[in-house]
Parts: sequence; structure tokens; C-alpha cells
Amino acid sequence: MRAARIDGQLIGVSALLVAYGLIILYSAGQTDVPTRAAGVWWHQFIWVGVGLVAATVAFNVSFRLLEWLSPIVYGFSILLLVIVLVVGTGAGTAESSHSWLSIGGHQIGQPSELAKVATVLMLARFLSSRKEPPRALHDLIGPGLIIGAPFLLVLKQPDLGSAIVFVGIFFAMLFWAGVRPRLLFLLASPGISLLLAFSTVAWIVWILAFVLIIWAWRPYLWDWALCLIANVVMGTLAMPLWKHLAPYQQNRLLTFLNPEVDPRAAGYHAIQSRVAIGSGGWFGTGYTQGPQKRLAFLPEQHTDFVFSVVGEELGFLGVFVALALFLTLFFVLIRIARRAPDAFSSLVIFGIVGLFFTHVFENVGMTVNLMPITGIPLPFFSYGGSFFVICSLCLGLAMRVAWDSRLSGYHDF
Amino acid sequence: MNGFDSYKVRERADVARWVLGVAFLVLGGAFFRTQVMQHEKFQLRAETNRLRPIPLAAPRGQILDRSGRIIAENVPGYSVKLIAPSADSLRAVLARVGQVVPIDSGAVTEIVRRFRAARYQPALVLGDADFTTVARLEERRSSLPGLVIQAEPKRLYPSGRAVAHLVGYVSEVTEGDLAAQRFPGAQLGSIVGKAGLEKQYDDSLRGDEGVRYIEVNARGRLVREEASTATLPPTPGRPIRTTIDLDLQRFIDSIWPAGIRGAMIAMTPAGEVRALYSAPAYDPNDFVGGISSRLWRQLNTDDAKPLLNRAIQTRYPPASPFKLAISAMALKRGLVSLDTRMPVPCRGGMQLGNRYFRCWKKEGHGAVDLIGAVAGSCDVYFYQLGLRLGLDAIIKDGVLMGFRDRSGIDLENESRPIYPSSLAYFDRLYGPRNWSPPATTLNFSIGQGENTQTLINMMRFYQALSGTGIESTPYIVRQSSTRGASLGLTASQLDGLRHALIAVVERGTAAGSAIRAGGKQKELSIAGKTGTAQNPHGKDHGWFIGFAPAEKPVLVVGGIMEFAEHGTNVVPTVVRALRRYILGPDTTTAVKVELIVPQDSAPRTLDLETTDSAGIAPVPLDGRPTAKEPR
Repeated sequence: MRAARIDGQLIGVSALLVAYGLIILYSAGQTDVPTRAAGVWWHQFIWVGVGLVAATVAFNVSFRLLEWLSPIVYGFSILLLVIVLVVGTGAGTAESSHSWLSIGGHQIGQPSELAKVATVLMLARFLSSRKEPPRALHDLIGPGLIIGAPFLLVLKQPDLGSAIVFVGIFFAMLFWAGVRPRLLFLLASPGISLLLAFSTVAWIVWILAFVLIIWAWRPYLWDWALCLIANVVMGTLAMPLWKHLAPYQQNRLLTFLNPEVDPRAAGYHAIQSRVAIGSGGWFGTGYTQGPQKRLAFLPEQHTDFVFSVVGEELGFLGVFVALALFLTLFFVLIRIARRAPDAFSSLVIFGIVGLFFTHVFENVGMTVNLMPITGIPLPFFSYGGSFFVICSLCLGLAMRVAWDSRLSGYHDF
Repeated sequence: MNGFDSYKVRERADVARWVLGVAFLVLGGAFFRTQVMQHEKFQLRAETNRLRPIPLAAPRGQILDRSGRIIAENVPGYSVKLIAPSADSLRAVLARVGQVVPIDSGAVTEIVRRFRAARYQPALVLGDADFTTVARLEERRSSLPGLVIQAEPKRLYPSGRAVAHLVGYVSEVTEGDLAAQRFPGAQLGSIVGKAGLEKQYDDSLRGDEGVRYIEVNARGRLVREEASTATLPPTPGRPIRTTIDLDLQRFIDSIWPAGIRGAMIAMTPAGEVRALYSAPAYDPNDFVGGISSRLWRQLNTDDAKPLLNRAIQTRYPPASPFKLAISAMALKRGLVSLDTRMPVPCRGGMQLGNRYFRCWKKEGHGAVDLIGAVAGSCDVYFYQLGLRLGLDAIIKDGVLMGFRDRSGIDLENESRPIYPSSLAYFDRLYGPRNWSPPATTLNFSIGQGENTQTLINMMRFYQALSGTGIESTPYIVRQSSTRGASLGLTASQLDGLRHALIAVVERGTAAGSAIRAGGKQKELSIAGKTGTAQNPHGKDHGWFIGFAPAEKPVLVVGGIMEFAEHGTNVVPTVVRALRRYILGPDTTTAVKVELIVPQDSAPRTLDLETTDSAGIAPVPLDGRPTAKEPR
């Protein structure tokens, strides 16, 4: 029986998340102030339909075909990212960026969303084709290039949020491919150095600690030398890089540290979102009743800050349920990845976990000021066509892998 | 690929689960902290975001007369306010309001200015809108975002002009008042008393404002008028009971000759003020809900100074009424008795050094005693009495009698009389040897010279004279605790002076004010003193202070009319006030009362028609002083 081999848990938790998202999206449109979010939940139904089609198509595509197609899809998405840099348009709060592809005046999607999946596929293909997991830095040049291209192109749009997602995918898939955590740490160290460079004392402590770690772990000469140099360079580059950032990006980072620096402008989103969530309490102000949302104090309540609506109207209880659903989804995906019949499909599924997790953690984290504010949607909740379709497509892929692994489980080869 | 042995993958899956678990624990913890631990902080923050407090005006306490009749009360009124996110949108909405109720450009500028000063407060557009205006605005509510119409108690003075200077007026507190903390507890937009009793007893009358919350959205637009949060009701102000007799107050207003400037006060010997009137008056109702700038300008630039309370703020030379003070000084010091005659009889004047000092009566009074001198207001007698007293004694006793101090009535802005404290005053003013002590003495002894008194201050002296000889502080609501000065006269001396004042009315300068009336007209003996205050700027001012019944006075009434030339013009008005209070409204209709009121110079007949019973209609005075127009 075909139906019996469908992963019921995956279907169930996905359906719950989509339903929860639609319910919250409906509420996001219920305001006392005219808002363009009023009818979006209805449009989202259309996207759910398109998403179902995308998931079904993904489910029916063989992973062998997918593996073969990966470079083409990847190449195509990179091409789109280049095109969008030239002719792309902005949207919403990021009016001046180049992240949308428009044809005939209609915005048809954000190529960066496609690029995320394409990169997952390409990286999975690259890593699974190797005999051994990468052991040294020079083994990571290939993966670095695969990730680096879309990362830089997206960063150039500029879309910091999406760029971070590529980093999340990168580390998740390297980890799943068997790269030793020590190597991942070395890889991440220049980034940590960059962050700590804003305090001289912290940075010096970090460099000393780093040297001690190298002493203890004794990695390859070239590896530690390169990493140490990278750390020092990052530390010194921090200030010029900071100056290179657009003022709104600087403000976002500054207000992340202290939203009250500029409560009317840059810190406004962060403050109002926290006020909305905090005023929700244990059980919330009631579905569709949240005053912060109703009176338009909560910005972007149907896209980036949709989770604040959950916090305000359904309280900690609603937040807990939503987080539990996401965590369940991730555990289900990890199980599927673990039981995948081959390395390629396993890596793809874990790449999807990395993709989803980065989105969820960054988006939910920024609503409570745990993370700096970046324009990044929440899977299944935020209104938006291309991202929802990509998410559905990812679920379709996972469904296929679960199917395949059950099939293979019978034959046990 | 080698890395995907099943045990290795399971190991990685476990690590991945742990990492995700910890990450979600961090997220959950952040939400727990925000939503559960800091819930109250953010709840408050959310409420201050969306709830704007609107002050609810407290009804001011009523002002009642002594028998509970209403002098000031509250009636329902409407205020129109606007909540706007910016000055520009306020202007836009004001323009639309202007299509319903005209708002001049000056008012718009003022509304916008005040909005800028207190951005989160609703801007007051109309302080006193009538029902039809409110109804028409309500119809257009959809095109007037941020419109807040509030039912507010509004002040009403049913007697209007008749009580103007007594009650004063109310108006919105100014920023200057707030900065100087003149009205404790008042906030921007509070209505406070600005003059008269409203100001004096503002603390009791004002009450405490309540507060109501309205809900606004992120752009500062009004969303709901009724916010769920409970409102704090205002605490009404406490009523005050006054000593005023509203009927008498209104009666005085009705009989006051039109166009005449002046003042009138009625009080009991105990100091209770029964009426306090100043003319010309204004209508205190004009100030309710904000006076128009045109009317305000008019009130302030009018030559007649209608805002001036002439009963307590204007100083006049006390003139002949001061002769009683001179008499009291001399009696107290034992220099004269009631039947003492002066060495020089009155032949129409008196030579002193190289100057001849006239008596007002050219033909002279002849040889008169003190009673006769008071009755005839004989200047020559008082010249000599003054010289006998000496300037030093006049000044010292005058200070003791309170002619240098305010009366202490419970009204703000009472003027301080001008009276020297010692002889050094003249040296300072004119330089030593540049003034003549004898001439000054003569001037002082007939109430002229460097001596100007307010009506209320003169009233205090006459009230002492009419009663026990002890001055009591005049009051309307509460008497000040300071004890009044004693005139230092014995009962028989007081009695004698009162007889002299009766004589004024019966055969002296106010002869004829003992009304000769036919029929059922009740008799009332009145005692009093006329006076002519010399006015260097124009026609003289006329005084009359009288009390009745002369034998056992219950009411003292004093009046001053500017440019009335002689006190005798004031007499009928004062007499009618006394009669109204003591005898009540006449029961007979249209009694023709003939009053023969002599002027200081030439007595003439004055016709006085009383129509008291037919209500209080202004009665035209025959031979109305010509100087009624402002010069």
C-alpha cells in the first residue's frame, strides 16, 4: 500500500504548522487601522495550493534525477541572482534592495529562496560524491565556493537575513557530512573574531584563547596558521567593515544591543514587538484581539513580525505550542535524514533542517530581541509566495526520502 | 561515502537534537522572560502606547447667597477637542470643523500652538459649544478624525452683570500661572477662577479633575472613545455660602444709574458684606468656555475700565465722610465734646496766614457745635478742629483706625489706601520746608490731601461707627482672624456721632433722604454722610455712606459715583438700597416717593419713582449728572 508508507508524522506536523500559520495570518489582517495585511490570509490559501503542487512534484521526482539535475538548478539560481542584482526591485520595508525578480511589473519571486534549495542540492551532491568527509581546510574550498557564490550575491542585494541562512546551511551540512566539530570551530573562528573586535579587551582574550586551543588540538600547520591570520585580519578589518555598512544596518545592530538608543526609528520595531509579546502574558490578549497589532503599533505583523502576533494574542502558551511544533518538525526531519537510503538524500534533508532552523531561530529570536533584526520570514507563518512554495517543496523532498527509506527498509540492501 | 555508517549518523543525529533542543530552550526562555516575568512592564508599556488620558473637568462648587439662592452654578455644556497625530493634520481637520462653526485664523494659530506645546493632549477647539453645533459636528464625525466631544459642566451666573465684580470670572489656566504655581493642582487646560470670589476661593471651588482614557492607534489617530480601562471620576468642588443678599445685589444693579461709574457696598455692622457692586460691569458668562479675543480686547481698552473693581481697587479722596474720622479722633482725645463750638464761626471761609480757606457754603454755617458741623458738613469748623488736633495726631490716629491698611476683605487685589505714616512722609514727598503744615492740616481735616481711600475701607470705618465702635474686617465667605481696631469712643460718644449723622439726613446735606412719602410707605430713619471728593482730573466724585435704622443700624450702605459732582446725587441710590434691604420690596405699586436732596451748594428737588414691587427695573434719575460720558 502506497499510502501506508507515507510519513504520517511529517504530514501531521506540517499540516498543523500550515494551519497555525494561516490562523495567525488571518488575525494579522484584523486591525482597526486600514492595512495591506487585511486580505493576505486569503491569498496565502492560493500559495498553500501552489505549495501542495510543488510538494507533490518534489515527492515524485527521483533523487537520482535530482542529484543529476543539481548543478543545472544551482547554475540557474546563480544566474537568477546575478540578474536580480541588475534588474531586481525592492519590496516592503526593503524598498531599495534588489531582491525581487519582476516581469512586466509583477513581482514573481525572490531568487534567493530558490538559491537556498539549489545550494542545498549542490552541496549535498558535492559532499556525497567524496570518498571521505573533509578533514582539513583545503578540503573545504569546494563547499566554500558553492556556498560563497550565492552568499555574496545575496549579501550584495543587500539581504543580510538570507545571507545568514546560507551560512546556517553550510555549517549544518558540513556537520552532517562528518566534518569534525573542531574544524567547524576553526572555520567559524574568524567570524567570532569579527564580532568580538568591537571590544579590544574581549578580542585580545579571544586571540589568546584561540592560540591555546590550537596548542591543544594541534591541527594541520596550514590550517591553524591560516585561521590565526584570518582571525587577526578580521579583528583589524572590523572597523572599516563597520563603516562600510549602510546606516540602517548599523542602526539595526546598535539597536539590537540597546533598542532604547533610538526608540522612535531604528529601535521601534524591536521595542514594539517585545511590548506586544510581553503584554501577551501566559494566555495572550485573545485571538484577533491584540491591541498592539490592532492599533498598528506592531510593524510588519503579517511578514517578519508575524510571530509577535502569536505572542501577543495567544500568549506564552501559543508560543510554546508553535515552538514545540517546529522542534517536532526538526526531530522528524532529522529522523528522516538519519534513515535516508543514501548520503545525497540524507545531506539534502539535513540541509533543509539547517535552512528551516536558521529561519526559525533568527526570525523568532528577533521578535524578542534575542537576535538582531534582519528581514527574514518565518516558515509557514509569514505571508509570502516564493518562500512558502520553497518550504513546501522541501517538505515534498523530505516526504520522498522518507518513502524511499521505508521502501529500502523492506529490501534491506 | 564513508562518513555515513549508521552508528556515526545516529551519533550526529543525537548531537543535532541536543543542539536544537538547547536552541529552542533558549528561545522559549527568552519568551518566558518577556511574557511571564516582565509581563507587567510590557503590559503597562502597551497601555501607555494606546491610551491617552483626557482630563474630565470637575464641576465647580456653587456660590450661594446667604439664603441659598444661586449666584454661580453649573449647567451642562459641551467641549470640542481634537486628537491629531501632527500639526498639519490638526490644521486640516480644523479647516473642516470651520465649515460647521466659524473659527478665525487667530484661534486656529492659538489651537495649533497649544497642540505643539502638549502633543499628547487633545487640543481644545471649542470650550463652550451649544447643542446644535455639537449635533452638526457629530453628523460629520466620519470626516473629522480625532473628534472628541465631551459633556462638561459649564459655569453659569444667572445674575450676570449684577454679580460681575463680586464673583469675578473663570478662565483656562495660563502657562504663566502654572509656572508660578498660582493654582496648586491645576493642569494645562484646567479652568480656574481668575478674579473675585472665584479666584479667592478657587481651592475649594475647583474640585479635582478626573480622567478618562481614549484609545489611539500608532499614528495617533483616535480609535475608540471608550477605552476599557476604568475612568477616574472627577471630584466636584465644594460649594461656598456667602453673606451676600442676592436680592439686594440685583436691586442695586437695577437702580444704578446707567452710564455712571462707581461702586456700592452694603454690609452689616458685623462686617458681613451683603452686596458689592462696581459699575460699569461686565458679564462673567462671557468668560465661560473662553472669552473671544475681540471682547477681551474691548474690556481691556475701554476707558471705563469695566474689569476694575471700583469697590476695592479704586482710591478716592475720602472727602466729607472723613470728617467723622476727624470727629472721632477729637472725641477720643477729649479735645471736644459733642456740643463744643469753635472760636471762629463760619462765615463762608477762614483766614489762615496769608491764605483764605473757603467753606463749601458761601453764606456760612454760623456758629455750630460738633453735631451741627457734621450735619452741615461745615468746613470751617473742621479746619479749626483739625488745627486743634494737629497733623501729627491726625496721622497717628488715622493709622490706628486703619486708614493706612487694606480692609482685609476676602477678595484678591484690594488696593492699599494712601495715607501718610508720619510727618516725614511730607518731607520725603515735597522736601522739608517746601510744604505748609497748617495748610496740610486743613486739607486733611476735610478729607482732602494726601489721603485716598477705597470704598471698602471707608465702609469699615462707618460700620464701626454704626455698631460698637470696633472695626470688624469685612467678609463675604470667611472673616479673617485679625481683630479690627477700636475707634476708642465711648457708647455715648458713638451715639452722639450717630445723631449727628441722622441730622445730616434730616436737616443737613442729605436732608430729604428721610423720605417723605404718602400713604402706606413705611418710615425708616437713615443716618449717613455725603461727600464730594475733589477730582483734579475732572468733575468731582460723589460719596454717600449711610446706615439704617439710625437708632439700631442693621445695614451700612456706601456708594461712590465718579463725576457725580456731589455726594447728594448718590444719596437716593443708597437710600433705596437701604429701604429695599430693611423694608423689603414695597407692597404698593408705583409709589411716588419724593426725595428732596440738597446739593452741598444748592439744595434741589429730586424726583424718585420707586417701582420696587414690580420687580427691579432701572429707575431713571432726574437731574442725572452730566459727566456720565467718559471724558
